[in-house]
Amino acid sequence: MLRLDSLGQRYGDHSVLHDITLTVPDGQLLCVVGPSGCGKSTLLRTVAGLLPVREGTVSVDGAPVTGVPDRLAVVFQDYGRSLYPWLPVRENVALPLRRRGLGRPERRDEAERMLERVGLRGAGRRYPWQLSGGMQQRVAIARALVCRPSLLLMDEPFGSLDAQTREDLEDLLLEVHRGEGTTIVFVTHDIDESVYVGDRVVVLSAGPGSRVVLDLPVVLPGERDQIATRGLPEFVALRAKVGHAVRG
Amino acid sequence: MKRGRTAAAARSALLRWTVLGLAVAAWQLTTHTHASVYFPPPTEIARHTHTLWFSGPPTHAFLTTAATENILPSLARMTTGFALAALAGIALGTALGRSRRAHALCNPVLQFARAVPPPALVPVFVVLLDLGTRMQVTSIVFSAVWPVLINTAEGVRNTDPLRLEVAEVLRLTKTERLRFLFLPSALPRIFAGLRLSLSLCLVLMVFSELLPGTANGIGFTLTDAQSRSDLLTVWAALVLLGALGHVLNTGLLAVEKRLLGRGRPG
Repeated sequence: MLRLDSLGQRYGDHSVLHDITLTVPDGQLLCVVGPSGCGKSTLLRTVAGLLPVREGTVSVDGAPVTGVPDRLAVVFQDYGRSLYPWLPVRENVALPLRRRGLGRPERRDEAERMLERVGLRGAGRRYPWQLSGGMQQRVAIARALVCRPSLLLMDEPFGSLDAQTREDLEDLLLEVHRGEGTTIVFVTHDIDESVYVGDRVVVLSAGPGSRVVLDLPVVLPGERDQIATRGLPEFVALRAKVGHAVRG
Repeated sequence: MKRGRTAAAARSALLRWTVLGLAVAAWQLTTHTHASVYFPPPTEIARHTHTLWFSGPPTHAFLTTAATENILPSLARMTTGFALAALAGIALGTALGRSRRAHALCNPVLQFARAVPPPALVPVFVVLLDLGTRMQVTSIVFSAVWPVLINTAEGVRNTDPLRLEVAEVLRLTKTERLRFLFLPSALPRIFAGLRLSLSLCLVLMVFSELLPGTANGIGFTLTDAQSRSDLLTVWAALVLLGALGHVLNTGLLAVEKRLLGRGRPG
């Protein structure tokens, strides 16, 4: 369980986040939406332990976050930079497994299995730059999942992909979420995406000093489907609510 | 496809060697019309190079005693110097590149050390270490270490901050970061430094062997022949140095291409 308790962040005199209180129960897929520059990324980087907490507290499974929490993984937006271009895809994915003390063959098998899981069977020997953007982001997702994290943070992961690829990856994410039951915090500026992917959508106000302006459970009938779900009146209504909140 | 590539390679080789070939041919022709003791014809130089160094027994890889006693010691000094400079430069450069404070503290010293023309340091080492191989290798190392060091530090310092965050999130150990992040990411810069160092090594090798008190080496061959007015040997030594520099640089480029080509676009 992830808990933020009156979290505040600032860069010098510039307040970025103000008094954010949120509880994310295990297994929830929470989407954080907000206008650009509202501190969504700052929020994520704070939870990841990459930024020190200035005000309030952040805790994962009861333990306050002081460094990178155990069993946490992050998928960044910029897959081109987040993958290591000098390592083949398989070794990129296997990188986090070294810490678990697995032997070389076990690491390789595990990485291959995870690549297969994200639809990249047989791409292990290639280099990231030989793959399309969508495939590279799949590699990044495989690398994040390979250690079976209990908390997965995603920072606008599909923001720089074309529409078709983005929909494929949204569905991959939903499938992985159903399968592994990982708690996910998904940051996006795309209102449609937040409602389609999330179990719950939280909207941050425009900065400085962003705060939570809407906290909305997403209840949609049936399995999510790119075409059917987006046409549902419930979906349209939720999207309008989130849209109003984002625009203030 | 393959044949096309071979033909293209042949064409580019032809292009690269044309000017050199023409220059040598012109030289050869000129010596026929205007004979000069100072500029022997290239054929003569080639023949002399062969008899001097490469007409030995097959058991010695066709090397003559003059070759084993002069070329090999020179090469040994140079490669030892280069290897030590590369190792020290990469190690210290990585350390400096990782620490902002150390870099700020050392940068003025580095810039100063780099700005001193390398041969100017040799007299200092002659006084400190006396003449001989130790002085020669030290001179080579102290001149060649700076380009590697400065380039490595710069390369490591410019590691993409997002990749650093990735390393942090994946909780890579220090050694893993070095092996999978800092060194590969700095590798292009490191090689830029190594190439500069290699040519400095050649310069310093010859220069340190020109000093009195040296008993062997290509540089020694050069001064020795000059004192005997043996211009043919002087020219042969110059040709040998040029060829050596070219071969070593090509070798380094091949290693670089192999290491960098794998994991990068283009």
